Amino acid sequence: MSIFDTFLNWKVFVQTLPLLLSGLSTTLTLGVTAIILGFLGGLLLALTRLYARAPLRQIAIAYIDVFRSIPILVLLVVIYYALPFVGLRLSPFGAAASALSLVSAAYSAEIFRAGIEAVPKGQFEAAHAIGLSPWRLMSDVVLPQAIRIVIPPITSNSINVMKDTALASVVAMPDLLKQATQAQALAANPTPLIGAAVIYILILLPLVRLVGVFEKRLAVRGR
Amino acid sequence: MTRPIIEMKGVVKSFGHFQALRDIDLNVKEGEIVVIIGPSGSGKSTLIRCINQLEEHNGGLIIVDGHEVGPRCNRGVLTEVGMVFQSFNLFPHMTVLRNVALGPVRVRNLSWREAEERAHRLLTRVGLADQAAKYPSQLSGGQQQRVGIARALAMEPKVLLFDEPTSALDPEMVGEVLEVMQQLAKTGVTMVVVTHEMGFARKVANRVVFMDGGRLVEEGHPDEMFGTPRDPRLRSFLQAVLSH
Ligand SMILES: Nc1ncnc2c1ncn2[C@@H]1O[C@H](COP(=O)(O)OP(=O)(O)OP(=O)(O)O)[C@@H](O)[C@H]1O
Ligand SMILES: [Mg+2]
Repeated sequence: MSIFDTFLNWKVFVQTLPLLLSGLSTTLTLGVTAIILGFLGGLLLALTRLYARAPLRQIAIAYIDVFRSIPILVLLVVIYYALPFVGLRLSPFGAAASALSLVSAAYSAEIFRAGIEAVPKGQFEAAHAIGLSPWRLMSDVVLPQAIRIVIPPITSNSINVMKDTALASVVAMPDLLKQATQAQALAANPTPLIGAAVIYILILLPLVRLVGVFEKRLAVRGR
Repeated sequence: MTRPIIEMKGVVKSFGHFQALRDIDLNVKEGEIVVIIGPSGSGKSTLIRCINQLEEHNGGLIIVDGHEVGPRCNRGVLTEVGMVFQSFNLFPHMTVLRNVALGPVRVRNLSWREAEERAHRLLTRVGLADQAAKYPSQLSGGQQQRVGIARALAMEPKVLLFDEPTSALDPEMVGEVLEVMQQLAKTGVTMVVVTHEMGFARKVANRVVFMDGGRLVEEGHPDEMFGTPRDPRLRSFLQAVLSH
């Protein structure tokens, strides 16, 4: 048997492609959901950590530290297999989206905090001096500048979230990896696994490149 | 029409154990141009930043337009105080026009159209009508500072504070900014100006205030202050700044 029959079997690939694509669509849905929720949660956590009063602020700090310490796989298993014992039963998608979002929010929060802190103090002062409310100061002056600063690290974090979606296969979610292993078993041939690996790379490689471009552009513009 | 628009009584400000302002008494009447001079670290910036509460004072009383200002005061009073910064602090992600129009829209509830009309008028007044669509980074320092002045004026404040508005500028741009400020002084706005430009102080100020070590040491008409300074600290300060 040649390497082509074993690992790059065209016939097997074509047969299992629909299964892989359905897995891909699940993976993308999960990834995008977690990225968006993590983004919004991270922003909220960062603002709470920076500006909220005593108890809330400590809660945000504790949340950020705890969820950056826990392995995602462990969190996922706890949510999916342990929470049902206290009556909270989530679907595989719900469990995976929760685990990924909860952790991504913690990382995003630290990224946003760094971005907000990188906005010069004079910007806050100018906004105060024209009498902007705290909310307007954030939305009109600080966040637009902070978000520009954090685009590269936030994109990096999004790539990590996308990669970590593969962990969802352990809770039997029919994502790209799970479908590929399924297809491999059906076809008794590892080609679908190779196919899945290539698809992951094809999707994430442009994003990885993009981070490089952003970073270069930011470095050129200085500030 | 000569009631004080700013009243400071026994104002104290400390940073940790360091006293930056000690027992400051200062009244500024409506329409008055007060110039504050003094050596570096004497508390000039701290004083004017307390007036619009960029710094919170720890003691004494500050009354602006009849309302006490402090950490929990109504923001409405503070919108009557505009400020022009040494480092301009324009918003880099907005056009010049937006920079000027933002305050009136968000704080005075004008529509964007009304606010942009006002912004255009003010930009014309500071000689920048043709720069409205540019971003701050595309302007020279002198132009940026004139935008800073237009942005402060757009709120139609009762008092304008200037913290060394020309200190960050290349020498050839100082004149254009002072020129705008001099024009402004003629319109009857109340101005409190921290500056090292003694020529400006002499020509434009109604009153010059000299600070040293967090205290208000001497004040008076510019002719007296520069002609017959009494306090030895003022004399040596003037000698130092005027000798180069
Ligand atoms: N945020 C701060 N924390 C600690 N000390 C400060 C702070 N701001 C000012 N000071 C101190 O307070 C004193 C007065 O500072 P201030 O900036 O008011 O002086 P200034 O007269 O404006 O000086 P310059 O001419 O250099 O601008 C200085 O000794 C300064 O070091
Ligand atoms: Mg100063």
